[in-house]
Amino acid sequence: MKVTIDSISIEVEPGTTILNAARMIGGDIVPPAMCYYSKLEGSGGKCRTCLVKVSKGSEKDPRPMPKLVASCRTTVMDGMEVQNISSPEVIEARKGVVEMLLINHPLDCPVCDQAGECHLQDLGYEHGAAKTRYEFDRRTFERIDIGDKIQLHMTRCILCYRCVFVADQITDHRIHGILNRGDHSEISTYITAAVDNDFSGNVIDVCPVGALTDKTFRFKNRVWFTKPVEAHRDCDHEKCNGKVTLWYKGEDVIRVTARKDEYGEVEEFICNTCRFDKKKTADWVIEGPRKVSNKSVISSNHYDTLKPLPVVKTNPLLQQANKEQFERETRL
Amino acid sequence: MARKLLLEHINVPGINTFDVYRSKGGYAAVEKALKTLTPEEIVEEVKKSGLRGRGGAGFPTGMKWSFLAKPEGVSRYLVCNGDESEPGTFKDRFLMTHIPHLLIEGMIVSSFALGANTSYIYLRGEMMPQIRILEKAIAEAKAKGFLGKNILGTGYDLELYVQPGGGAYICGEETALLESLEGKRGNPRIKPPFPAIAGLYGCPTVVNNVESIAAVVPIINDGGEEYAKIGIGRSTGTKLISAGGNLKRPGVYEIELGLSAEEFVYGDDYCRGIANGKRLKAVVAGGSSVPILPANLFLKTVNNEARLMSYESLSDGGFVSGTMLGSGGFIAYDEDQCIVRNTWNFSRFYHHESCGQCSPCREGTGWMEKVLHRLEYGHGKLSDIDLLVDVSKKIEGNTICPLGDAAAWPVASAIRHFRDEFEWHVTNAHEATTRNYGIANYADPLNAVVA
Repeated sequence: MKVTIDSISIEVEPGTTILNAARMIGGDIVPPAMCYYSKLEGSGGKCRTCLVKVSKGSEKDPRPMPKLVASCRTTVMDGMEVQNISSPEVIEARKGVVEMLLINHPLDCPVCDQAGECHLQDLGYEHGAAKTRYEFDRRTFERIDIGDKIQLHMTRCILCYRCVFVADQITDHRIHGILNRGDHSEISTYITAAVDNDFSGNVIDVCPVGALTDKTFRFKNRVWFTKPVEAHRDCDHEKCNGKVTLWYKGEDVIRVTARKDEYGEVEEFICNTCRFDKKKTADWVIEGPRKVSNKSVISSNHYDTLKPLPVVKTNPLLQQANKEQFERETRL
Repeated sequence: MARKLLLEHINVPGINTFDVYRSKGGYAAVEKALKTLTPEEIVEEVKKSGLRGRGGAGFPTGMKWSFLAKPEGVSRYLVCNGDESEPGTFKDRFLMTHIPHLLIEGMIVSSFALGANTSYIYLRGEMMPQIRILEKAIAEAKAKGFLGKNILGTGYDLELYVQPGGGAYICGEETALLESLEGKRGNPRIKPPFPAIAGLYGCPTVVNNVESIAAVVPIINDGGEEYAKIGIGRSTGTKLISAGGNLKRPGVYEIELGLSAEEFVYGDDYCRGIANGKRLKAVVAGGSSVPILPANLFLKTVNNEARLMSYESLSDGGFVSGTMLGSGGFIAYDEDQCIVRNTWNFSRFYHHESCGQCSPCREGTGWMEKVLHRLEYGHGKLSDIDLLVDVSKKIEGNTICPLGDAAAWPVASAIRHFRDEFEWHVTNAHEATTRNYGIANYADPLNAVVA
């Protein structure tokens, strides 16, 4: 099936969603996704950040779709034409969605453990407006501990439902879900029951914001001061293959997470023993440094060669400034 | 007096019992359908009748039925949507309270037409008395052999269940209703797949409004062509309108579609004008989610034609100067009513009822409610008015289900038509909390449009 996204064509399998087709093309035309998670069945369609315009339905029925559609849940048709960043309507709608997501978000990034690897930060930076028009009190919740290793801070939650799907599909039995409705909705275990099973830690990895955090890592360090290293161990849990990313601060492993791809999705879910209990280098076989996108704040301390951006290359003034800055930093 | 099809025998004492209903010609449609017609013929009759969904969207019922997937060996379901929670609408409750057998008769015929052997009537949790009434009626029908195994000896089996919901507006959306019926949280599903392909328990399902199903009875009795003669254009048949607000005689009226709006508001057979000798200021013609119209635009379209109570005529002028027939929740406002307060009240409802699944609706409805609250209580700014329009635009069309649109339209239309009143609330903040704006020019005749 042929689909054209922002004038770039690609052949995909029937049943592929627009979002996945865009990810196959890659680059700037990939719509952002806050709730869709390819490893979780039924996820997506909720956050509405991935809205795109279908300007031609298919070869057979070329009518455009009347509304913007959620690209993560709309499958491609043969000959479909999609506009993402080439449609002002989509840009405007996305800006609106980002604004909606942020009106009740506390913006406590300076004290949030997720800062630096937060998808909402990236989304707000890339697609949002600089100022808010919301002038009312934001929704707040008490922090609750779900189990001794995970903390839930609902105030930051954007209700993407990913953790509910993890609880449903990855862990043995589901014990948390959504309570209440509208903007009072909250993720909860209802009686702050401990989330206690071998895979519960994965809710931390799938959370796009800092609502679910690792209590063994809380306030230990900013992620951009840590160094990610790939490692594995022989895990005796049958569903876990022990492939992880270790986050080093100096000599110490201060955090263990699953390996995440460029869209922030984990490659394989890991068990709680690997995540919370194995925090010594001796527990692991080190494979090498984790490759981090040069756009990520995590890579900011790991540049070892000068790689100026294209825009810097063409502007002599910027080039000079860049060179000076690089020299200053390498001297330090 | 116009023809009545649904409420013809509504004043007969004991019409809610099986025997009286039967003596008035009830269950004739079941006999006719099951003994002389095939399911395909019934669907064809409904198609010919031009019956359009009475729940709000106005989608042709026959068309909806013909979309139902019919794979081998998979059961099909008919679900009756009795959630009726649109503010201003109370026609289904009236119908179910006083003439429950009409709905049951319609359910039997429709289930037969769709090949469903199990059907559900989903009611809002608050309608406890109606649940008891319907259950009693079902037991009566079952005792007389109109439900259960081998109905009237035709070999057709049907079990009919009444299922109360938890009481949520969102469960009136068909996929949320199905989720709720399955015992889950009532969140709307993401479409496609549509219920006609994968609905209740993943099986093909048709969801119809109470009134649409009841209207199948006269269609079968008199034939689809006869039914199509009533009404005007593509709006065929009769419609129940639940009239409320500042009317002399509010209540549920069965009208022939195509009745003039003026006749409906002022006619002796209908609402008899505005209570206490006041003037009409504004009208919400089809339940709280349709755009509100000032009196002059409601009675006459911008082309100075008389507006009729029909799907087409009410939406004449689109969103700029028209509205929608919706579910028939007719609310009239006299000159003493405050549009800002009314808009805030609607907005508060949608804020309360949003399911919280998708972000624009979850956050946007709350935001609009807070801004409107501020305007109503005299703390608003002039920029708030444009902010509201912008927020409503950001919600509209960007959500999973139509609740987002339903929340956005009343706000956008109130500002479109009553902007002076919103501005007055800002510029005369103190006065706005103590007295009403009055009627302004909303009841004045429209100037003729010059090409």
